[in-house]
Amino acid sequence: MPDVAEKMVNQDAEEMVTMTYVEAITDAIRVEMQRDESVFVMGEDVGVYGGIFGATRGLYAEFGAERVRDTAISEAIIAGAATGAAVTGLRPVAEIMFIDFTTIAMDQIVNQAAKMRYMFGGKAMVPMVIRTPTGTGRGAAAQHSQSLEAWHCHVPGLKVVMPSTPYDAKGLLISAIRDNNPVIFIEHKILYATKGEVPRGEYTIPLSQAEVKREGNDVSIIATSLMVQRSLAAAELLEKEGISAGVVDPRTLYPLDKETLLRSVQKTNRAIVVHEACKTGGFGGEVATLIMEEAFDYLDAPVMRCAGLDVPIPFSPPLEKAVIPDENQIVSVVKSLF
Amino acid sequence: MKNEQLLDMYRQMVKIRYFEEKIVEDYAKALVPGLAHLYIGQEAVAVGVCSALEPSDYITSTHRGHGHCIAKGGELDKMMAELFGRKTGYCKGKGGSMHIAELDLGILGANGVVGGGVPIAVGAALSAQMRKSGQVAVAFLGDGASNQGSFHEALNMASTWKLPVVFVCENNLYGISVCQKVHQNITDISVRATGYNIPGLTVEGNDILAVYHAAAEAIARARNGEGPTLLECKTYRWRGHHEGDPNQGCTYREREEIEQWKEKCPLKNLEQKMLKQGVKEADIEAIQEEIQQAVLDAVEFAINSPFPEIEEAQEDIYAS
Repeated sequence: MPDVAEKMVNQDAEEMVTMTYVEAITDAIRVEMQRDESVFVMGEDVGVYGGIFGATRGLYAEFGAERVRDTAISEAIIAGAATGAAVTGLRPVAEIMFIDFTTIAMDQIVNQAAKMRYMFGGKAMVPMVIRTPTGTGRGAAAQHSQSLEAWHCHVPGLKVVMPSTPYDAKGLLISAIRDNNPVIFIEHKILYATKGEVPRGEYTIPLSQAEVKREGNDVSIIATSLMVQRSLAAAELLEKEGISAGVVDPRTLYPLDKETLLRSVQKTNRAIVVHEACKTGGFGGEVATLIMEEAFDYLDAPVMRCAGLDVPIPFSPPLEKAVIPDENQIVSVVKSLF
Repeated sequence: MKNEQLLDMYRQMVKIRYFEEKIVEDYAKALVPGLAHLYIGQEAVAVGVCSALEPSDYITSTHRGHGHCIAKGGELDKMMAELFGRKTGYCKGKGGSMHIAELDLGILGANGVVGGGVPIAVGAALSAQMRKSGQVAVAFLGDGASNQGSFHEALNMASTWKLPVVFVCENNLYGISVCQKVHQNITDISVRATGYNIPGLTVEGNDILAVYHAAAEAIARARNGEGPTLLECKTYRWRGHHEGDPNQGCTYREREEIEQWKEKCPLKNLEQKMLKQGVKEADIEAIQEEIQQAVLDAVEFAINSPFPEIEEAQEDIYAS
């Protein structure tokens, strides 16, 4: 992997390099660790091993065992110790190996880290990041493939970020590390290997700022994480059929940039929401309702959801593939609006 | 120990006792909303441990946390106002009894989750170690919490990393209504230290000097980089699990048991020690009168304080 950060943390961020999504994540952590001594990494196999998906590769060699800290396989203490370290002046970047395992750390995330500031009357700051991989595509079955972002979005006090490109991953992660609140930073396993242009050195993308990934006039496809890529592919197919589809990526799911989403819908008058997570109780229901509440008069068709089936993720590859949306499903849901 | 030191510790214990007794009274009058888990009977633990800490050291507390917060320097006025849900309370009325915190005093929060504060103390200790600040963290917990996974994960990681943390287990014999012999197959919780290769010891938790000396030694070890200790203090809560627990918990325990433990009152224990050492009875009484007044003043302060504005419900969720 290219040592893209090198020692030039403060250099002009104009120069672009090609890197993968996972390299962009490593680079963001490296940039912040070089810049700020209070930033450190902890989690399972993040040290010599470099993380199960390689997201901390090279950091142990550069920063040592003190700041790139292997933990026991004990998710509650990872999240809890991160909380305690954050509230006393450090900036932990903790890795929970799969988002499925955040369930084991839920007390510390939901009842402790998220609520500390509020419960204490605004006195505490909890500047911590929990990075965690999400999603299907690895044949890892029901306990290693879920998309649990909606659980975390349901907790005021947390911020929930889901980047869809290497560029966004690095800029958003740097912002997440600098943010003074607990941030759940959700990375997609299939996106790890995707490549893109990423600025060298420091740059940030503000949290709670959505991006229009593709302009369109006839329909807004609001999609998250891997589904942004699939929605862009679907938009290409739709173009051929004469439908101009825009794709909007919220990037931060909570707190949500409602304005950018609504502006797009006000322009196109139609919207669908696409995510990999199960449809019931998913983020899509929230977005659909938001559009109904705030932009109903602009709508020419009901807001539809194109989401994962309400099933545990199955192991067998054809089944695994079938339970989450692909380009064709996105296309057919869009076409149902016309 | 010098007379003045003993009187200082006694003053803290009396503060806790009288504060809690006032809550009994005002809770019954419906002046205190929500839940109140009182610390009466366990005062020697909080004061014994916190007397051995520096002001900059950290504690994490429990749902039964008033005693810990007072012992670590919490002011009665702000504590009482918080319990009354007022804007002038430690958490602007947003936390209440189970979430009192004051970071400037090193109080990282009482906690509504059994065992919830223990990993946070480990994180504070990790932070102290990494910042080389020389601070120590104390995690208060009960016998009930010693069965939570968070406790075991915390001891394991703290031991492995040799963190400056002391786990103080107040074994008051009951996890809500379930007595210790029903919830765990051990008598001394300190034996659990063995599994994590750290020192574990059990002391008489109603004897403040026993608690103080054991805590001081564990805190010194932690500060010297020798790692954590599990300190079990045998004690007893006189009241029910919470105010409103019928007959002070006599549905699951015998009244005679409560009376037997009252004979071992931690305040009386210290009074006797002080008198034996030549402290004047008048000095003891003066403290009692002073604190009685301070508690009345605290209630006055709380009652005369405003409730938070409704808009404040949507403030303090995120730091900028």
